[in-house]
Amino acid sequence: MLAINGRDAGTPAAQGESVTLSIDGALVTVPAGTSIMRAAAAAGGAIPKLCATDTLKAFGSCRVCLVEVEGQRGFPASCTTLVAPGMKVKTESDKLRQLRKGVVELYVSDHPLNCKGCPADTHCELQSVAADLGVTTSPYGFDGANHQAAPCDDSNPYFQFEPSLCIACSRCVRACDEVQGTFALTIAGRGFESRVVASQDEPFLDSECVSCGACVESCPTAALSEKPLALIGRPEKAVTTTCAYCGVGCSFEAEVKGEQVVRMVPSRDGKANRGHACVKGRFAYGYATHADRITTPMIRKQTTDPWQPVSWDEAFSYAASEFRRIQARYGRESVGGITSSRCTNEEAFLVQKLVRAALGTNNVDTCARVCHSPTGYGLKHTLGESAGTQAFDSVMKCDVIFVIGANPTDGHPVFASRMKRRLREGARLIVADPRAIDLVHSPHIHADFHLPLRPGTNVALINSIAHVVVTEGLVNEAYVAERCEPAPFQKWRDFVSQPKNSPEALAEVTGVPAALVRGAARLYATGGNGAIYYGLGVTEHSQGSTMVLGIANLAMATGNIGREGVGVNPLRGQNNVQGSCDMGSFPHELAGYRHVSDAVTRSQFDAEWGVQLEPEPGLRIPNMFEAALDGSFKALYVQGEDMAQSDPNTQHVTAALSALECLVVQDLFLNETAKYAHVFFPGSSFLEKDGTFTNAERRISRVRKVMQPLAGLADWEATVGFARALGYEMHYSHPSEIMDEIARLTPTFTGVSYAKLDRLGSIQWPCNDAAPEGTPTMHIGEFVRGKGRFYVTEYVPTSERVNVRFPLILTTGRVLTQYNVGAQTRRTANSQWYEEDVLEIHPQDAEDRGIGTGDWVGITSRAGETVLRATVTERVQPGVVYTTFHFPDSGANVITTENSDWATNCPEYKVTAVQAVKVQRPSEWQRRFHEQNEQQLGLLRGATTAARSRQ
Amino acid sequence: MNVGSLVTMANQIADFFVSEAGVDAAPQEIASHITKFWDPRMRTQIIAHAAAGGAGLSPTALAAARQLRPPLVKAASAAV
Repeated sequence: MLAINGRDAGTPAAQGESVTLSIDGALVTVPAGTSIMRAAAAAGGAIPKLCATDTLKAFGSCRVCLVEVEGQRGFPASCTTLVAPGMKVKTESDKLRQLRKGVVELYVSDHPLNCKGCPADTHCELQSVAADLGVTTSPYGFDGANHQAAPCDDSNPYFQFEPSLCIACSRCVRACDEVQGTFALTIAGRGFESRVVASQDEPFLDSECVSCGACVESCPTAALSEKPLALIGRPEKAVTTTCAYCGVGCSFEAEVKGEQVVRMVPSRDGKANRGHACVKGRFAYGYATHADRITTPMIRKQTTDPWQPVSWDEAFSYAASEFRRIQARYGRESVGGITSSRCTNEEAFLVQKLVRAALGTNNVDTCARVCHSPTGYGLKHTLGESAGTQAFDSVMKCDVIFVIGANPTDGHPVFASRMKRRLREGARLIVADPRAIDLVHSPHIHADFHLPLRPGTNVALINSIAHVVVTEGLVNEAYVAERCEPAPFQKWRDFVSQPKNSPEALAEVTGVPAALVRGAARLYATGGNGAIYYGLGVTEHSQGSTMVLGIANLAMATGNIGREGVGVNPLRGQNNVQGSCDMGSFPHELAGYRHVSDAVTRSQFDAEWGVQLEPEPGLRIPNMFEAALDGSFKALYVQGEDMAQSDPNTQHVTAALSALECLVVQDLFLNETAKYAHVFFPGSSFLEKDGTFTNAERRISRVRKVMQPLAGLADWEATVGFARALGYEMHYSHPSEIMDEIARLTPTFTGVSYAKLDRLGSIQWPCNDAAPEGTPTMHIGEFVRGKGRFYVTEYVPTSERVNVRFPLILTTGRVLTQYNVGAQTRRTANSQWYEEDVLEIHPQDAEDRGIGTGDWVGITSRAGETVLRATVTERVQPGVVYTTFHFPDSGANVITTENSDWATNCPEYKVTAVQAVKVQRPSEWQRRFHEQNEQQLGLLRGATTAARSRQ
Repeated sequence: MNVGSLVTMANQIADFFVSEAGVDAAPQEIASHITKFWDPRMRTQIIAHAAAGGAGLSPTALAAARQLRPPLVKAASAAV
């Protein structure tokens, strides 16, 4: 069902020269290639339709949209007939009405007429068309063969398929093909037997369907409909907001009834998602009202004490007194804070402001530390700005797509769908990944080159690709001469030209045959517009920053930066990773990536904030843990982050958290970190507050409140309260005022305001006098730093190497249906698809160890041991095992080590030497985890009961 | 802090700058990087470790550590 405030022009927009035609006597000018149906919509009319919708190519099957065209015989379908200069179209006539009515009567003859009980009542396209034509019943009766007894498929937790309501228009099938690119649906049978089936006529839940919901949204009736429509009722209004999951940052219409969300419908004019969504953003929002939500502030002296529910003021006062006590005893630098990539820009800005201004230290960091901090380092040094270079739309102009260490179909599914659309149009594909991710081979997608490198050898691979580019004369010499510093380029050229960097020499290191590397390098360098998309498979290594430098080197050398269709594109993990970094969350940088040692920048903040800021960098997250263990770091304020599950070497992290004298956690749930906390500030979900998120393409989008905060305060208000209790007043009545302050202090945001965001929908920074409406493509003409800077990227093997004791390499990632630590998605029906983390192991390694799918496997590294169930699969290569970290009791990060990137301390999650053996029981760590979990939940239950009695 | 961790980090930084900047220029680049990104207590500790012989530090990392200046005297913050 279309969005309640949605308008549907029937067919997609065209981009040709202007054409003027006459529709019902009125002149209309539209681009060539536009359908008559869309032209009529542009003129304010609406030709009746059933099989057409503007997200899909015209299909011409329903025969309802017939029109008359002067000089043409018959009655062409307006969806498939394109406009022509001087064309004269008539959309209404007695004959047309008669024809349309005849068609609709046939549809109605096999369709229930009890519209009042239907979830789509008043928003059903068949109902609307029938009413307009005066069709109230079928002249053929209902006694003949029909589909009314066909069983409903309600296997999917979020939507149902009611075949009795299906009109076989194929919109769902085409949405799955064209929009999502999964090809899970088809029309089985012919004629009267035609029916929609998923995969091999399987229930939706068991099929290849990825539950993106594109089929549901495209359905003109309620054959496919969201279950809450029937359970809650029709929505009353829609609020435009931004998804709280991955870095794509999809725009949604939150359709609500009262304060209850009925549906999340992707905005068709959303520039990040262009009307598409995934199973998380569209359906998995139920966590926001889950029973596990904590809505009362709580405090306790010791982590073994029961939680005490208190008022907000008591919580602020207690936390502030503890922080001040600790600073008085251990020094000002003994405290710090962590901002969240799951919170808004305004909230991240306020937390770092609290730490720097109220606590007087630069000990603030953000969860980007453990994901994309190398991106910030690498792109800042080579190009001059710590951000991706393109808009997502740019992918539609790519000729060669090079995906490195990213799994877009799982991690960034909505963007992956656009990428797949471009690939189906003919773009070429290179994938560098240890695993055969779905993009390597899936329906209508086949990578030209899959480079299955060994984990930890990225830099060797990028050097060998660069070697081919340089030694085979594929450098874009004119581009480099004009736009890059000559001396560093020459140094880099000399370096990568060395025989030691040839694909042949490095094949033994990377495991990738030289011929594949040479082919991929030639394709990227000569195939037209080449764009690199990369993820945490690049950054989360001991040479993560070196690899980002290497990627930028390669893009510059081939002239692939500074226009549409090319670029260096980090795919950010969480929705506001880019934003939290932009907002000055790193301990060495103020907002806009300006170093704290810069006196001029600091003076601006000093004047605005009324303090004198520290000129020295603060502690990064891993440094905070080290300092906690040595006794020099004693208190931490954590907003929306769960290091005890997400950060490497869990036992190291929890030991550090246990050493703190005051840990303040602000979150929706009692997460793993909160089990070590002394103060709990209940968080607010994205549905409960105003603000902005900035996605992976630097797009700033509004988050809009659709319900009151369950705990009474939005997260930004809690930070203001904490600051006040610390004696530092922050004067804001609305997040728009925080953005105004950000704009005053940040050169790349000077033109950003809520008013402009409301007007434009979203803005890609830099947005300032030079670019008042934002900057979709960066580095046009010249790089932000002036000349591009090449860096020599020597491959240095990680110290995490296999040996007899640990002969396998563990690498980690995520799946489509779960998200990060799973705090949100585990509290939704998404767990029906993925209910536990599993260990992928190659058949050969499994056979050597007597391991079968479903067996318990003990995985041991030098950091620890845990136990997971095995999945035997050729998706991973021999010698490599793989898992996810969505479930806390899996203990995936019990195994990962504190090895980290040389420049940024980003952990090396992607390479851990392990052994895997078949076992019969959970690990000792898991036994202790469950004990502690039970203890902490017990301490919470008392508080929950007390809070309810207070209410 | 665990000086062993600091030594490992300094050596990693040295690995990069030895190839990027050359052996002669590397110590200055390493020292600059550490000054930009390490908290004062970490720098103080690696300076002290270098002064005590710098066990475990690569020669270039040791040379860099010996170039490091002590952290700046703290500025006064209004709120504390």
